[in-house]
Amino acid sequence: MPRPLTLLPALVSALVALWFAGFIPEIAAGEVLTWSRPWIPGAGIDFAFLLDGLSLLFALMVTGIGAIIFLYSAVYFKGHPKLTMLLVLLSLFAISMLGLVLADDAITLFVFWEGTTITSFLLVGFDHEKEKARDNALQALIVTGLGGLALLAGLILLGAEAGTFRLSEMNAQGELIKASALYLPILILVFLGAFTKSAQFPFHFWLPGAMAAPTPVSAYLHSATMVKAGIYLLARLTPALGGTDVWFWTLTIVGAVTMVWTSILALKQTDLKLMLAYTTVMALGALTMFLGGGTRYAAMTVAVFLIVHALYKAALFLTVGLIDKGTGTREVNQLGGLARVMPVTLTIAMLAALSMAGFPPFIGFIGKELIYEASLGVVTEPLFVATAALLANANMVAAAGLVAVAPFFGKQCQTPKTPADPTPWLWVGPALLAVLGLTFGVIPSLIDSSIVTPVVQSIIPGEKPVELKIWHGVNLPLMLSLLTFGLGFALFYGRAQIRSSLQSENFTGGLDANKTYFLWLKAFKSFAAWTARTVQGGQMTVYLRTAFVVLGLLIWGAHLSSRDPFNPSAEFPDLIPLTICLLIAVSAAVVLRTGSRLYGLTALGVVGAGIAILFVFYSAIDVAITQLLVEMLVVLILAVALVKLPTMPREVTFRAGDAVIASALGLGVAFVLAAVVMKPFDPRITEFFNAASYPEAFGRNVVNVILVDFRALDTLGEVAVVLIAAISAVAALTAGKRALAVKKEGDK
Amino acid sequence: MNSTILKTATRLLLPIFLIASILILWRGHNQPGGGFIGGLMAVIGVALYAIAASIDEARRRLRVDPLVLAGVGLACSVLGGLWGSAAGGAFLQGVWPFYEYVSGEGTKGWPIGSVLLFDTGVYLTVLGAVCAIIFALEEAVFAEREGSR
Repeated sequence: MPRPLTLLPALVSALVALWFAGFIPEIAAGEVLTWSRPWIPGAGIDFAFLLDGLSLLFALMVTGIGAIIFLYSAVYFKGHPKLTMLLVLLSLFAISMLGLVLADDAITLFVFWEGTTITSFLLVGFDHEKEKARDNALQALIVTGLGGLALLAGLILLGAEAGTFRLSEMNAQGELIKASALYLPILILVFLGAFTKSAQFPFHFWLPGAMAAPTPVSAYLHSATMVKAGIYLLARLTPALGGTDVWFWTLTIVGAVTMVWTSILALKQTDLKLMLAYTTVMALGALTMFLGGGTRYAAMTVAVFLIVHALYKAALFLTVGLIDKGTGTREVNQLGGLARVMPVTLTIAMLAALSMAGFPPFIGFIGKELIYEASLGVVTEPLFVATAALLANANMVAAAGLVAVAPFFGKQCQTPKTPADPTPWLWVGPALLAVLGLTFGVIPSLIDSSIVTPVVQSIIPGEKPVELKIWHGVNLPLMLSLLTFGLGFALFYGRAQIRSSLQSENFTGGLDANKTYFLWLKAFKSFAAWTARTVQGGQMTVYLRTAFVVLGLLIWGAHLSSRDPFNPSAEFPDLIPLTICLLIAVSAAVVLRTGSRLYGLTALGVVGAGIAILFVFYSAIDVAITQLLVEMLVVLILAVALVKLPTMPREVTFRAGDAVIASALGLGVAFVLAAVVMKPFDPRITEFFNAASYPEAFGRNVVNVILVDFRALDTLGEVAVVLIAAISAVAALTAGKRALAVKKEGDK
Repeated sequence: MNSTILKTATRLLLPIFLIASILILWRGHNQPGGGFIGGLMAVIGVALYAIAASIDEARRRLRVDPLVLAGVGLACSVLGGLWGSAAGGAFLQGVWPFYEYVSGEGTKGWPIGSVLLFDTGVYLTVLGAVCAIIFALEEAVFAEREGSR
């Protein structure tokens, strides 16, 4: 019995699932529920949500499977020091995922989309003491994060083109979007987002890597919910973007390649969890392929296969967790003959795997029949699609056998732990999922009009209601099913030879997406290190030189490329400002020539004070005061720093390079100032602030009123920067002290 | 630093600096001044004191960690902004519960409100943040000198 409080997330999730289930009749009746609050009204962005068939199916998966995962995790990690952390992260993920599938506003959707990316990163890296977990978490973050950026760009373009950020309104004007010049860029960007998230070829490699996450996490994020976010997005935007040739061909080819390739890679694996990961990518490929089709059968296949896959895959993942927990290993070669000692686990594994392999009377059979039906119904290339589906499905049968048959029958192997069935708390969840897979298969009327029809209608608006049947008579799909079973059995019996030939090096011809990723990452890191070494040398002089050179180039670039005539008025200044200018110039010369830091510091102080006095002459009192106070502070701080600095060489050497940089920058600033002053002064802003400052903000000091009222948000940002700078400076300055303390401790 | 003149002078100067800085903060809305300038002035007082007496002495006088002070300051500014969104309708909108402007006559009442809270936050953040940097810098310099001896 786990601690009651750890069961709270499971309870909440289950209650939310029930609440969503209460909407099934309304949604089935064709209603669409919406809720929204203004968020950024100026940009037309709302915090908007929508519940239709597609959202409801995903919401039920997120909360229903979520409840099972929460229960399973609480028991699986009973007594684990980071259990609370795990449950909190999982809850945050569940909230993000729920927001994603319910969002009706593109930007709202994107925010939740990124929420799932970040929580997934934290969950994959849950065992952060392991380097592999950290690397794989980062890989998942980089791949899906980059895709997320592309998606953001795509959504913004889409919003600009459609004139609205509401997904439902975009869907209503699909013809307009498809006819626009930006259709192709939008499509590419949205595809990048969806393909990276749903691990489509060539981004398929991160998902198996994400298996570094704890098993319940993999079952939830990387099989049942998050990786389907890309599929969800494509389905959601089908009315707005789908139906064109480029949509059909891209999704069909990418989906088919992903499906076939990863189903082959699945057979190569010896780790049961990795094998399931590859079959998940296969399923995602199938879903992508059928979203390309756009026919009634294709949409039905997507809807049914979403349910099929969520039920059997989550159950199987959790079953692999049970095997891992019971025996201490997930390696298929080390497992065998567990049927007698783990009968409950065997039962669950069998129920789920039979659905996965597509045997009647499981829901998986209906799913597979639909896959063939839809493949044959593809208008342009039915042979290509059906062959791909047949190959992938045969591999699926073999993989199902590897997960549910191989570990339980044959010779009993020596495992790290003495195998036994786990506590009912642990197996009740996967058992429920597996039994649902059977129930829906036997009585498909439970889901056809209530859940599947609304989903189909979300993808293809106005489509006729769906009726699911387990027996379609003797037809071509049935023949293909039989062929699938035959091929699958053959693959299963020849598994040892197939695996060894797949594992040999030359099978992929040296091409490996994962290796490519790491090569790319390495190159990127060394480029970053090179820039850091060059630009941020760690020496004050290097920083200053870099900053001044860049600034000088910018100023001169702007100045020389300007087409405005440059003829500043030569006006002779008054005597007092002129004297101050001379004083400043002399002081600056002293700074350059002196061999003593103290003289230099004093002379710099004179420069600053002189500038402050100039400000007074031009009635900028606030700026003058600030300038003076900053000068004082600089003197105080440098006086402290002087103690530490080494003595300067007596001889001041002339450094030509620095002289050029300094003169170029100084002259550049002078020229730009002259050019700015030359322009006629636009008094509108000044007049506004002068007029509004007192009556509206009750202050006569316009500078201060701007700082604390009219432009207070800028000030708030600056104040935050001041605090951040102080924190970093203190951290950097005390690091030496802490290191010294540690060293002293070590000496003792 | 061992200088009797500086020590004696600072004992007098510190309160003057602090009082002046608060005055500058207060009057900033109508005359030259404000939270930023006031904060800088207070920092100079404290920094002088730290040099004349010692960092430990200055830290003791300040009572709270300067970074905490800066954090409190930022919190004040954010609260001032939230006050605006609660009472005025927009984040950082100025709210003056006891103050009003009468056309032709000028302002009436007490100039206390969300803007003053915001500016006090700026004052405290500048004071805390710069003090934290100066203290840490001095401590680092002197610790190294002791370490090298």
